[in-house]
Amino acid sequence: MSLRVALLFAAFLLSAGLGAGEIPLSERRSGYDLMARETRAIQDDDATNPGMLWVLDGETLWNRKAGAAGQACADCHGDARASMKGVAARYPAFDAARGRPVSLEQRINSCRVDRQKTPPLAYESKDLLALTAYVARQSRGLPIAVTIDSRTKPFLEAGREAFQRRQGQLNLACAMCHDDNWGKHLAGSVIPQAHPTGYPIYRLEWQGLGSLGRRLRNCLAGMRAQAPELGSEEFVDLELYLMWRAREMKVETPAVRP
Amino acid sequence: MTTRREFLVVTAAALVPAAVEAQVDPNLAANRKAAFQEALHRITGDAAVRRGRVKVQLPPLIDNGNSVPLSVAVESPMTAADHVKAIHVLTEKNPLPDVISVALGPRAGRASISTRVRLADTQTVTAIAQMSDGSFWSDSAEVVVTLSACLEEGLI
Amino acid sequence: MARAVVTVPAQAKRGEIIEIKTLAQHAMETGFRRTQTGELIPRDIIRTFRCTYNGVEVCRVDLHPAIAANPLIAFTTVATESGTLSFQWAGDNGYTVTEIAPIRVE
Repeated sequence: MSLRVALLFAAFLLSAGLGAGEIPLSERRSGYDLMARETRAIQDDDATNPGMLWVLDGETLWNRKAGAAGQACADCHGDARASMKGVAARYPAFDAARGRPVSLEQRINSCRVDRQKTPPLAYESKDLLALTAYVARQSRGLPIAVTIDSRTKPFLEAGREAFQRRQGQLNLACAMCHDDNWGKHLAGSVIPQAHPTGYPIYRLEWQGLGSLGRRLRNCLAGMRAQAPELGSEEFVDLELYLMWRAREMKVETPAVRP
Repeated sequence: MTTRREFLVVTAAALVPAAVEAQVDPNLAANRKAAFQEALHRITGDAAVRRGRVKVQLPPLIDNGNSVPLSVAVESPMTAADHVKAIHVLTEKNPLPDVISVALGPRAGRASISTRVRLADTQTVTAIAQMSDGSFWSDSAEVVVTLSACLEEGLI
Repeated sequence: MARAVVTVPAQAKRGEIIEIKTLAQHAMETGFRRTQTGELIPRDIIRTFRCTYNGVEVCRVDLHPAIAANPLIAFTTVATESGTLSFQWAGDNGYTVTEIAPIRVE
């Protein structure tokens, strides 16, 4: 990230007031609404949405036999369009075995390791992105609905704390941009509210599909803060908070974003 | 593709060693403009290029220069006697002037194409239609290209 | 694994102008990027795209590094007869992909 943007962040620090608090539910907007008409059109049409290339790869992987038992996802879960409908909308979800919430990527990998008896897929690998995109695509149009109960509440609070905590060399909190200054400009970009409604997204800046974890690492690099590893507990807690913050907003996977 | 960061930093850094010659060219803008003229000449020869009949559609302020939706449409009956033979798209500030060339004909029904292009900087994009009667028509559109605020790379 | 996707109407009326949209999965490496240590990453792009309709070429495209990754090429063609539309992409390092789509014209 250039010195120019770092200076802009610093100017921000001076001008940003104290946290205004969470965005009222009725004022929440997807990053989709901030994009140009032409970029929105790319997302809207499956024939032009590059994310669909990964979704199709995911469909192939869903049906591909793997592991010692030679089982495909389809052998247990059948047609993903039925069995996976609504699943991504409620992740991260509590995993009793681990005693904490897990992300969709982690759930897919647990299935691979525990049920298919095959090694897990690396974070951000083409195959894991494709499978995640395929599963999440089955929730497109459905409202985000992560479960917050006595088991998941502590992790939600940890995620909220991470979102509101000042961090990094610029001493910035996520909330300062995304709760307090969304809609305004940072360099040439409009600041979105940062709802993870369409992950994994096709990001034009990456010219490829990527996970929420990758996007968060980009943000943290910009903030000059230490970025947790992909799949770390800190990231899953933050994802849980972000999904809860986006509750009832519609899943858009595979979304296209600048 | 060269990120705009690399483009801006490198062209400003006159002290960079010879290994990076092409991108530190002090006459960069002039050379690219010349390349554009040369590409234009390669396509049209000495024929006059008239404005009109072609419509270039680009978002005026784009979300990301890595992938800009571009559409070109040409007014033409697309009959055997009168049709668009080809549509060429050129830029004047990209490292190379050529973007895409599409060979059409009466079988197309309509002279209308869409794609997504990379634009290195705020600039003018030009589309040239080559007609079956040997004439050339063109249209241009200006776009503003900005840098993304949150990138992956470290400081360059 | 999906290397390209084409969207073509399954059927059309004779003489109707139909829209075809194609997407190819390809990084379209420009040849202008450098690694962190300064080496040029070699160009690796799709160079050409062709569409043939029952063997007759109806569209040919020359692509350059300025075409974005995972290129979209959308164009039109006249539905003349039933048969097969064939799409071929060819590029650097022996890249070659073919997709076909049937079309019924009444």
